[in-house]
Amino acid sequence: MNTGAGPLHDGESVQAPPALTVSVTELFRAFLLVGLSGFGGVLPFVRHMLVEKRRWLTASEFTEVLGLSQLLPGPNVVNISIYVGARFAGIAGATSALLGLMVMPVVLVLCLGAAYTRYGDLPAVANAFRGVASAAAGLVVAMAAKIAWPVLRSGRTITIAAMVFIAMAIIKVPLVWTLAVLGPVSILWIWWRTP
Amino acid sequence: MSGNDGLWGFIVHISLLSLLAIGGVNTILPELHRFVVLDNLWMSNEQFTALFALAQAAPGPNVIFVTLIGWQIFGLIGALAATLAICGPATIIAYVATHLSTQWQHLRWFKLLRSGLVPLTTGLMITSAWLLTAASAQSSLGYVITAATACVVLMTRINPLWLLAVAAVAGVAGFV
Repeated sequence: MNTGAGPLHDGESVQAPPALTVSVTELFRAFLLVGLSGFGGVLPFVRHMLVEKRRWLTASEFTEVLGLSQLLPGPNVVNISIYVGARFAGIAGATSALLGLMVMPVVLVLCLGAAYTRYGDLPAVANAFRGVASAAAGLVVAMAAKIAWPVLRSGRTITIAAMVFIAMAIIKVPLVWTLAVLGPVSILWIWWRTP
Repeated sequence: MSGNDGLWGFIVHISLLSLLAIGGVNTILPELHRFVVLDNLWMSNEQFTALFALAQAAPGPNVIFVTLIGWQIFGLIGALAATLAICGPATIIAYVATHLSTQWQHLRWFKLLRSGLVPLTTGLMITSAWLLTAASAQSSLGYVITAATACVVLMTRINPLWLLAVAAVAGVAGFV
């Protein structure tokens, strides 16, 4: 059934060996499109591409991959591209999915950056950027609110989140120390509470 | 501006951040800000927030903000180095995890770890939001724009690009 589109990693590494074959080129193209869509985060577009358009993953598989990508360090979409690429075509698949995802956004953002350096000192441009920067902050505020609203319901999550905020925003502790101290505290707190 | 030593230090630090970015790039904004604005004085608050706005206005994953940071400080080589550094270490871990993940799914400690990290990523997101709001506001009207944008995003399904465009017009008109 699998007619040689690179080594497939089945067996114990995936719950059901993927029945379909996806080539390295297809992976590149799919993630290229994902990279070009989506502003301020591409997660919804990845889901649409992988689950609805190409049907490479089922909805529940996607949720699992997403959960894993959020637990792993690094950008979520990057982790998803690696996972999906590797699952269908090994290292070559992971590499081409990642390249497809990153190449156009990097080129485009550098063009914008170059334009900003060139014209950023013009008063009108500088003024425009002041407005856009505040609006971009608003996008992150909305994202934080969406994440925080369903989560901040117990004393535990509120306390830990507040301690993170105080450490990072007010005392300005380096992130590595914040995570090294509060990470274990948070996990032990749950462990101690769950019977 | 800085020499090779600066670039290497930058790459090492960004690679470390790659490993700490649990829950996505937005959670490491406070640390990035501390590193490039407060500690190394590589750029001003205004440049930091302007680059963040640019990254939001471009298509693609949020991680390209780190690309822009590298570009602003060290030019094209910095852009490529920053992109590789923020993706690289995490990429290797993700690749290894591909082979382990299904065995993790049902383990109790996997769930424990996952729910244990939720309050941390939430706290980091709130910190990022706070930091960008304060760093971008040059006047009280900046706060108004931030709050208005957040409300519109939460209450409607409008494409965020429109909001950035409106804010740009408000800026040019001299309101901010």
